[in-house]
Amino acid sequence: MNSAWEVVIGLELHTQLATSSKIFSGASTAYGAEPNTQACLVDLGYPGVLPVLNAEVVRMACKFGLAINAKVASRCVFARKNYFYPDLPKGYQISQYELPIVYDGELMIKDDRGEDKRIGITRAHLEEDAGKSIHEGLNQSSGIDLNRAGTPLLEIVSEPDMRSAKEAVAFMRKIHSIVRYLEISDGNMQEGSFRCDANVSVRPHGQEKLGTRSELKNLNSFRFVEKAINFEIKRQINILEDGGEVAQETRLYDSDRDETRSMRSKEEANDYRYFPDPDLLPVVLDDAFIAEVKKTLPELPDAKQARFVEQYALKPSDAAILTVSRAVADYFEATVAEFKDNPKTAANWITGELSAALHRDGMEITDSKIAPADLAALLSRIQDGTISGKIAKEVFEAMWTGGGGANEIIETRGLRQITDSSAIEKIVDAVIAANPDQVKQYRAGKVKVLGFFVGQVMKETGGKANPGQVNEVLKRRLRKG
Amino acid sequence: MSLSKEQVQHIAALACLQLDEDEFDDIVAKLSSIVDFVDQLQQVPTDDVVPMAHPLDQVQRLRPDVVTETNERDAFQANAPAIQDGFYLVPKVIE
Repeated sequence: MNSAWEVVIGLELHTQLATSSKIFSGASTAYGAEPNTQACLVDLGYPGVLPVLNAEVVRMACKFGLAINAKVASRCVFARKNYFYPDLPKGYQISQYELPIVYDGELMIKDDRGEDKRIGITRAHLEEDAGKSIHEGLNQSSGIDLNRAGTPLLEIVSEPDMRSAKEAVAFMRKIHSIVRYLEISDGNMQEGSFRCDANVSVRPHGQEKLGTRSELKNLNSFRFVEKAINFEIKRQINILEDGGEVAQETRLYDSDRDETRSMRSKEEANDYRYFPDPDLLPVVLDDAFIAEVKKTLPELPDAKQARFVEQYALKPSDAAILTVSRAVADYFEATVAEFKDNPKTAANWITGELSAALHRDGMEITDSKIAPADLAALLSRIQDGTISGKIAKEVFEAMWTGGGGANEIIETRGLRQITDSSAIEKIVDAVIAANPDQVKQYRAGKVKVLGFFVGQVMKETGGKANPGQVNEVLKRRLRKG
Repeated sequence: MSLSKEQVQHIAALACLQLDEDEFDDIVAKLSSIVDFVDQLQQVPTDDVVPMAHPLDQVQRLRPDVVTETNERDAFQANAPAIQDGFYLVPKVIE
């Protein structure tokens, strides 16, 4: 990136809260229903109806506030954000403006150099989602589906503290991890449960005043966030270096073309005329309620990561991977509860073989075909020398495809490692006798040939000889003569 | 006049109102008098007053997170001018 310019990024993350019913009505929030079958009178904006706030939404927002070390407002207020669009039947969205439920939070991320960096969180406010419009297959009309209208959202707004697309993604991943730990959102990006808008600007290094920003809308994957921001940075720098001016505007990212496009022009600059919603009273939260919610906070990713490093002697990088999701962390802890000898091995297998198998079959770890106790049984057989790590991968595959438990597979397939030294010596001697040329080379100082001998012995034993032992015996036998 | 004609045009556009040219001056004058009245209220010192979010001195009651609504799409859509495949139809809103 061009070093004359400093990049400034702030994010708005729209997190769908995992409630059963909507924020202001008793309609279901289940995803994927037939159009308009989960849109009741309140969601449709019929005259004469009144919104009634969902208690669970308040509890979830409070939980999030506590998790990011923020202030939870003792009094917060809902406001109307006015604009016209067909998927917003009331003509306004109920949101929060001057008095959000959560404010002044913070989060630590790793910056581009791997150093800890604090990102401020300005606020997190509650609001209702709009409906959905479809524009294809209905001739000259657009179709409106209001099932999503009224779905509770927590909009998390960061300070403009990020200085690169990578930092923005790190922040977004951290929030994503936290909302899932708290079980306040499923974080499903394909279904739109976790959406990102990015405010991006550039300014000359050392300049205090922020440059004019553009807002990138609805970036629905971590990869797109990074690509869209990087495209936007380049675009703005090019404009400025050509002596132009960046327009303040909303831009949409087109993932097919990897570019951003202007969406709303300046003439229609947003003017939402917020005012307090007279249909809703102020929400008052007392200390007792907040203390009650605090008791329900789980161990959060950073704390868990630190504990894993401490308790299991893992590398911070491994602990970080294991603690991104609570389900993975739980799987790891269930495994090492049964396999206490070597947590590092357990970590390697979970982040390696297991995660590859899950990825290949498009599965979540909670659906894993190998339960933690079964993986522990396999790892125990490596640890006690029954099988080698290489054979273990074969056993793992067999377990994955339903071949039974580790012990059963090892026995029925005869995969036990040969550790009987006389048996190994016999094979080694046979291999040495069959390859006199290589023996001469080795003895002439070409020690690399050892690898050839190891390979031959492994071939003879079907990979079942203990590799350490084979090396040792080979070196001893080859030295003679 | 505390409001300009341009400001009123802008407000009308935001509210999706189409105003006739001959009624414009009258509307500018009437809206201006409301804004002037608010300006008068702004003179009152309110530094020690907590902003009022609602005229009732009460707090919001909450409802439990329970699905209480059933699918009444057919009844609701009977009121709609145009529907298809379960969707409400509106004039195309994308170019």
